[in-house]
Amino acid sequence: MDMVVCIKQVPETTDIGWDPQTGSLIREGVPGILNPNDKNALEAALDLREKHGGLITALSMGPPQAEEALREALSMGIDRGILLSDSLFAGADTLSTSYTLGLALEKIARFDLILCGKESSDGMTAQVGPQLAELLNLPQLTCAIEITVNRSAVKIKQKLEDGFRILETCLPALITVEREINRPRIPAMDSIIEAYRDKKVQVWAGADIGCHTEHLGLKGSPTRSRKVYRKKVKRGEVTILEGEPDEAAKELIQILKQKGLL
Amino acid sequence: MSPDELKEYKGLWVFIEQRNGNPVRVSLELLGKGRTLADQLDVDVTAILVGEGVSGIPEELIYYGADRVIIADDPIARDYRTEVYADIIVEQVLREKPEILLIGATCIGRDLAPRISARLETGCTADCTELHIDKEMRLIVAAKPFFGRNLMADFICPFRRPQMATVRPGVMELKAQDRKRKGKLICVDLNLKEEDIRVTVLETVRSAPDGTSLEEADKVVVGGMGLGDVKGFEMLKELADLLRAKVGATSLPVDAGWISKDYQVGQTGKAIRPRLYIGCGVSGAIQHSAGMIHSELIVAININPKADIFNFADYGIIGDVNEIVPALIKELHEMNPKI
Repeated sequence: MDMVVCIKQVPETTDIGWDPQTGSLIREGVPGILNPNDKNALEAALDLREKHGGLITALSMGPPQAEEALREALSMGIDRGILLSDSLFAGADTLSTSYTLGLALEKIARFDLILCGKESSDGMTAQVGPQLAELLNLPQLTCAIEITVNRSAVKIKQKLEDGFRILETCLPALITVEREINRPRIPAMDSIIEAYRDKKVQVWAGADIGCHTEHLGLKGSPTRSRKVYRKKVKRGEVTILEGEPDEAAKELIQILKQKGLL
Repeated sequence: MSPDELKEYKGLWVFIEQRNGNPVRVSLELLGKGRTLADQLDVDVTAILVGEGVSGIPEELIYYGADRVIIADDPIARDYRTEVYADIIVEQVLREKPEILLIGATCIGRDLAPRISARLETGCTADCTELHIDKEMRLIVAAKPFFGRNLMADFICPFRRPQMATVRPGVMELKAQDRKRKGKLICVDLNLKEEDIRVTVLETVRSAPDGTSLEEADKVVVGGMGLGDVKGFEMLKELADLLRAKVGATSLPVDAGWISKDYQVGQTGKAIRPRLYIGCGVSGAIQHSAGMIHSELIVAININPKADIFNFADYGIIGDVNEIVPALIKELHEMNPKI
């Protein structure tokens, strides 16, 4: 069973600048890490490979430095990495990202299952998985906390806010996974060395996947961030209750009592 | 889309998610908010309702703000399935061309909305916490806390229609019903065949709604990093029990493993609007405040007088939570020795 895992490099820090012109985050020069939720997707793929065999490809789109995230995936035991990197891809929203990933998947062609983390820690949209499934006309199974494959059928336990569902579909399909599905392995030193020395990361540009430039990057993105701003939330003045802890506590209890909140 | 094509799109739609024939609360919140936004654009609000045996719901939707209800009632739509619901909604959108489509950011809403937006090749802002209309541009502006502590971002979708957004449950006010409102019901026929649908739902388990979830709690006591360690939450639980409140947490104690994610309040957790919120050792970063700012009475206990939370709290105590909370517990015990 061949699998492709879509991963993203996200900024390590939350202290990050943005381009006031486009509203896009400035990712260049900011240290990146592999999106934590994507490690769960990688681990799920490794687990399925142990049971069912097959080749696992990690696929990412980003600036050249995103290769580090692919190397990390390789050191976990993923077979090969593909980085989609081209200045044409810059500023992509979720739809344009999905479009670009979709073309790369059409070029990869041989896969039975696509796995994605549910969401990235920076954008937190959880949209790329479902949008990619739609563009590839695949069934989507989102928010998985368990996956079982039986020949050509795949079953997941889908997490809901107040319970779960068991869903089934036929391969090929796309699955997004929750953080709690597994505990991603920590690569051993020799597999890290192997990932850098023996394994390959291919880099594909726009021309390699044959895409139409009007669908790429900022140009191909229907959503625009118009404004990024610091927001100080304010609602009227605060009344500070002074005094020793027991005096302040007593005063607060009196206030709650008067307001009918006890 | 060309300016002429954009102009063909009129009206605001709200997808009504229902569970066993009951609309979920966020769908009703969106009808109220949608009503306000639609009035600014001078257009109708349409509720789109999909399911099986949902005929009892439509009047309620009109009372909450809809002018029209599109009903797709069919056995094939009994369980939510992405393909079925996306097919139905996309067909209606292509026929009627609404300019805005709002969907509650529940698990199901966040599964459905991106699928629809990809098929329509339009933009969808995920999990937003504020919506307003830019009248001059005739655009909906969807805002959400953004990557990091005190950043917000405004998103627009200027050149494609409909403009889509998923909206976080609990951030919009649930407006009162107006039982005098009248509206139009439109039933649509489906021509979907079960054999074309690729996903099967084998089992659904939802815990019974008992009205005491964190989102619906009347009072919530929230702990932040200021609690110092995992034991702080035991103390908080005692305070919460005395107040008949629920316990919540900010993201950092959850990340630190002090308490489970089910308790998290904020942008990546739950949105709450209780009558009483007490933040204990909570700094009040936007990541958290996005999920609690609509609480009626906000009390903050924090050792740092410069903490953001004092900018929007109604009452504040500047001091160590590990001294103040025990003092509150003691006071509550003395007031009512029976507890």
